[in-house]
Amino acid sequence: MQVYTCPFCGLRDEREFFFAGEAGAARPDTTGPVSDAEWAEYVHMRRNMLGRAREVWMHLTCGELFVMERDTLSARVLGSVALRGAPGGGEGADGAGSADDGPDGEGTP
Amino acid sequence: MGSSYSALRLLREGLRGQRGWRPAWRSPKLRRAYDIVIVGAGGHGLATAYYLARNHGITNVAVLEKGWLGGGNTGRNTTVIRSNYYYPESCALYDLSLRLYEGLSRELNYNVMFSRRGMMILHHSEHEREIAARTVNAMRLNGVDAELLGRDEVRARAPLLNFGEDARHPILGAVWQGRAGTGRHDAVAWGYARAADRLGVEIVQNCEVTGFIVEGGTCKGVETSLGPVRAGRVGMAVAGHSSHLAAMAGFRLPLTSYALQAFVSEPLKPMLDCVVASPAHGVYISQSDKGGLVMGGALDRVPAYGQRGNLPVQEDVLGGLVDCFPAIARVGLLRQWAGIVDVSPDSSPILGPSPLPGLYLNCGWGTGGFKAIPAGGVLFAHILAQGAHHPISAPFDLTRFERGRLIDEGAASGIAH
Repeated sequence: MQVYTCPFCGLRDEREFFFAGEAGAARPDTTGPVSDAEWAEYVHMRRNMLGRAREVWMHLTCGELFVMERDTLSARVLGSVALRGAPGGGEGADGAGSADDGPDGEGTP
Repeated sequence: MGSSYSALRLLREGLRGQRGWRPAWRSPKLRRAYDIVIVGAGGHGLATAYYLARNHGITNVAVLEKGWLGGGNTGRNTTVIRSNYYYPESCALYDLSLRLYEGLSRELNYNVMFSRRGMMILHHSEHEREIAARTVNAMRLNGVDAELLGRDEVRARAPLLNFGEDARHPILGAVWQGRAGTGRHDAVAWGYARAADRLGVEIVQNCEVTGFIVEGGTCKGVETSLGPVRAGRVGMAVAGHSSHLAAMAGFRLPLTSYALQAFVSEPLKPMLDCVVASPAHGVYISQSDKGGLVMGGALDRVPAYGQRGNLPVQEDVLGGLVDCFPAIARVGLLRQWAGIVDVSPDSSPILGPSPLPGLYLNCGWGTGGFKAIPAGGVLFAHILAQGAHHPISAPFDLTRFERGRLIDEGAASGIAH
């Protein structure tokens, strides 16, 4: 059984975690017109990285969302930080991930 | 090239000490240009190459494979062939595939061991039974055979299922598709490879695509570990690695790659002569000709490219199977493995042009690519030959995600994918 790191609870069994989506998906700015293509890009398109990936996960037992960096080939966990204030994480409590990515925030392998 | 396979040939070679067999396909040196280059020598890539030659007369074709042919999901699936889908678009697609499988051994002169043993999808509650009846009606309206079985009919077909009073999920009945069955997965890849090779297609193994040649905004070929190759059109059929190739071509796809696990038991005497799936337990099972129970279940819920699979899902699947078939609780497992499947938001495939002109997509089959190999090959060959959709492939174009016209088969097979 693999263990993941919750930034709040420490090392826990992988069964306690839920994959919520890729980090850094920026919701279109709805104060202006948004095309179908832009919505499709946001709603459906994925990086689906081979190698280093940044993802939003929920630790179900404490209910907190956080950003975990993993290697999708080796399954190795490379780090995990609270969603709030994380590059690519959201500032709001909705976990939508609205902030811009940091300089290395694209999860490049 | 070598002569056809037949009973007479088998007898003759048997009497001559098996010395007359030739390799089933050549190992040609990669040339610098082809009319069409296909990336990925799995079932879909090889079938596409075969139908390009067979249906469209295009033989200046290369199939490039980074490993060995049929070594990805084609060699890792649980061999179930069925067309028990819900929407008309899906039934047209998967039933075309099933019909092609029915004549495939003869067509390819290669025994793909298609065994039309029937499949049942169990239901365990009144609510599931209502949905099952709706599925049967939808399948019949779409021209696909389907029957609603009661508890006794299920028991007659699979008496070892758990009909006990204490069953975690009591069995009420099943959706039956009699034309469904299983096939020999490796033989499908090898049969298409041999038949395509005999028509002049070149299959180049150990040749990894590392990038695309783009000139004037159009794909003109691929960069490979064996050097650049130019092509009139490029098709990719790389399943779980589709997003990785798309990133090289500069676009994203609506796909997430997950590990899908499968298991095979030690060989047993015949105990199950159809395919059984149980959505409530999240499992499916059949028995191979060698006697092994071939079993699978839900996806690992962790995006992954490592072909291993995780322990929590193993526990869920094997626990569910023991609930279903209490008699197999002490049967030993022979092997466990995983393939990387590319799951789309509506659990339907993506066929057609990509955002990069000259590059075409065959991906998004998720957990159900094996059964679709012949249809995927026919349709993708049509797309690559004509540069335009076949009527059956048109609804599966990538633009459906922008148009909002999804074909949501998420619940159709009864396994959450």
